[in-house]
Amino acid sequence: MLQTISLFAPQLVLAFFASQLLSTGAFAKKDISVGVRYFAVGVLVLYALIGFVLGQPTGTAFKGALIVDSYSHYMNFFLGMSAAAALMFSKSFFQTEKLDRFEFSVLVLYCTLGMSIMVSSNTLLSLYIGIEMQSLALYVMAAFNRDSLRASEAGLKYFVLGAISSGLLLYGASLIYGFTGSLEFTHIAQVVSEGATPGIIAGMVFLLCGLAFKISAAPFHMWTPDVYEGSPTPVTGFFAGAPKFAAMALIARLLVGPFGDITTQWQQVIIVLAVLSMFVGAIGALTQTNIKRLMAYSSIANMGYALVALSAGTQAGVKGMLIFMSIYTITVIGIFACILQMRIRNGMVEQISDLAGLSKTNRGLAIVLTMFMFSVMGIPPLLGFFGKFFAFIPAMEAGLTWLVVLALVASVIGAFYYLRLVKIMWGDENENEFVQAPKTLRGLAVITALLVFPLLLLPMISIPAQSWISQAAASLF
Amino acid sequence: MLTVISFYLLAFVAVAAAFMVIAARNPVHSVMYLILTFFSAAGLFILMGAEFLALLLVMVYVGAVAVLFLFVVMMLDVDFVEMKQGFLNNIGFGLLVAGILLLEMLMVGATYVWKDGSTVVARGDEVSNIEAFGRVLYTDYAGVFEAAGFVLLVAMIGAIVLTLRDRDGVRKQDAMSQMSRTKETGMEMVDIEPGHGVG
Repeated sequence: MLQTISLFAPQLVLAFFASQLLSTGAFAKKDISVGVRYFAVGVLVLYALIGFVLGQPTGTAFKGALIVDSYSHYMNFFLGMSAAAALMFSKSFFQTEKLDRFEFSVLVLYCTLGMSIMVSSNTLLSLYIGIEMQSLALYVMAAFNRDSLRASEAGLKYFVLGAISSGLLLYGASLIYGFTGSLEFTHIAQVVSEGATPGIIAGMVFLLCGLAFKISAAPFHMWTPDVYEGSPTPVTGFFAGAPKFAAMALIARLLVGPFGDITTQWQQVIIVLAVLSMFVGAIGALTQTNIKRLMAYSSIANMGYALVALSAGTQAGVKGMLIFMSIYTITVIGIFACILQMRIRNGMVEQISDLAGLSKTNRGLAIVLTMFMFSVMGIPPLLGFFGKFFAFIPAMEAGLTWLVVLALVASVIGAFYYLRLVKIMWGDENENEFVQAPKTLRGLAVITALLVFPLLLLPMISIPAQSWISQAAASLF
Repeated sequence: MLTVISFYLLAFVAVAAAFMVIAARNPVHSVMYLILTFFSAAGLFILMGAEFLALLLVMVYVGAVAVLFLFVVMMLDVDFVEMKQGFLNNIGFGLLVAGILLLEMLMVGATYVWKDGSTVVARGDEVSNIEAFGRVLYTDYAGVFEAAGFVLLVAMIGAIVLTLRDRDGVRKQDAMSQMSRTKETGMEMVDIEPGHGVG
């Protein structure tokens, strides 16, 4: 009994405390959003670490509905930490915009619960339930600023397109269920290994299309720029990190688990998604003037790079994807901690031109943001380089050299707009001055910048981290 | 014999009511006929031994969806006369959809004929299908069932967060303070002079 509980202790922690916080908040006489936020951050950290406290138990729970392995432990750790960071940087924004309500923290907790079910799902049923829980919370968070027309539009757009993607996903799932006779990944893998019928492959393609919506891979990226622009900035920061990583991890589990024997079949789908995403992301970003839209296109392109790693279909490919997405998530948190500091006396600004002359008015922010830009570009001493390195090497080894060449071309196109941002910060004339940012934001930006720059390159950190990720990737095979 | 009679009765009512849904002039009557169609279809399900589907149809479609339709019809100011005027403009598309549906039904009928009249029958064993659901729902699928409950909870939180507004000046009923009222706090003894009143 204790053994079973310890398997899904992370989900249990989230579900229990989220419901507790919800009822506390609902019955509280006065506004307790600040206390709930700090408590929720604590819960997320507990969720991230509890798997390690219990000694990383492995096995399946609920009659095989959830699987717990090194992969899900790694994902739980990363999702919990990035959700906690996102919750921290939402604090000052929501307080100054007078939007702070305790439900936001509760929704983040439920969203993380959905993500944790996603990454350890072992049947199509738990996969769908996890995705729905995560997406529903995200739709509400996108429209959280309900008096703003743009936020409501973002929420509605996200909701309608998300519903379509759920439809695609369910259609694929029903085809797979019909042709294999089971919802369980292990059983599906068994049937697939005996020979994949066209029905199974059609189902897999629909399933992948539905999931491509969630990671906003082109051609299913249409919602991303509008939703990123319309949502409140900290929510956008949350969107760009943890949920993308969770969906990507789910895709990896699905591809090497139930469909591990038909690599050649799904490889084509993944390659098409990867190439389209990289180029749509790189070219679409060139003309953007709003920094949140720019980040949206940047995230589309980065999903393409992560898919390049997955398209190898090998253990090294999954490892490359994990490394790339981990580094990307850290970088995104840092960049959004910087964007949230773009506040002039009248309120938030979001235009790229507002960053003009930042190096003179706010040198610290300019240095940190420049570092992030160089990191996402993939300039060698920074961590972003290693992300791309580990993502592209497996694809090279799998004989997809042309794909890696395309990825490098897209990176060079992408470098243009990151460099333009740097040029505006360091070269252009000063226009407006940002007000002093709160300590939490500055702290988060600096911590993530340190993570991106020298800290993870030290051998005593990078070697255990690498072996940990290798172990996580190996547990899928 | 009784089964055959009830089948033809239910089938006739279902088809006739479905026809009346589109033939009725008053939209509220249309919804009522729709509910009648659902009920008859539920009866047909019971005849097939699929009592779970029948209950689901009554609870979900009659209980929730049809009532929702009724609310929409009654609350929203839809001009049905105006809507019906453009009816013939869409006749091409309508015929297309009807044609596809007809083709699908013919295909179902064809398989029925070719596979020598095999049809859906209830399983012979003693387990009713509600019992069969109950056996796995709270055991094998307990985790997913709980998680589905959380999905609904998130939807509820979302609806409340996005629409509920605290307004000032609303007088709420507070049951506790009403019940804890005593004679001293709720009543005042006034000595009224004759011919003057309380004021």
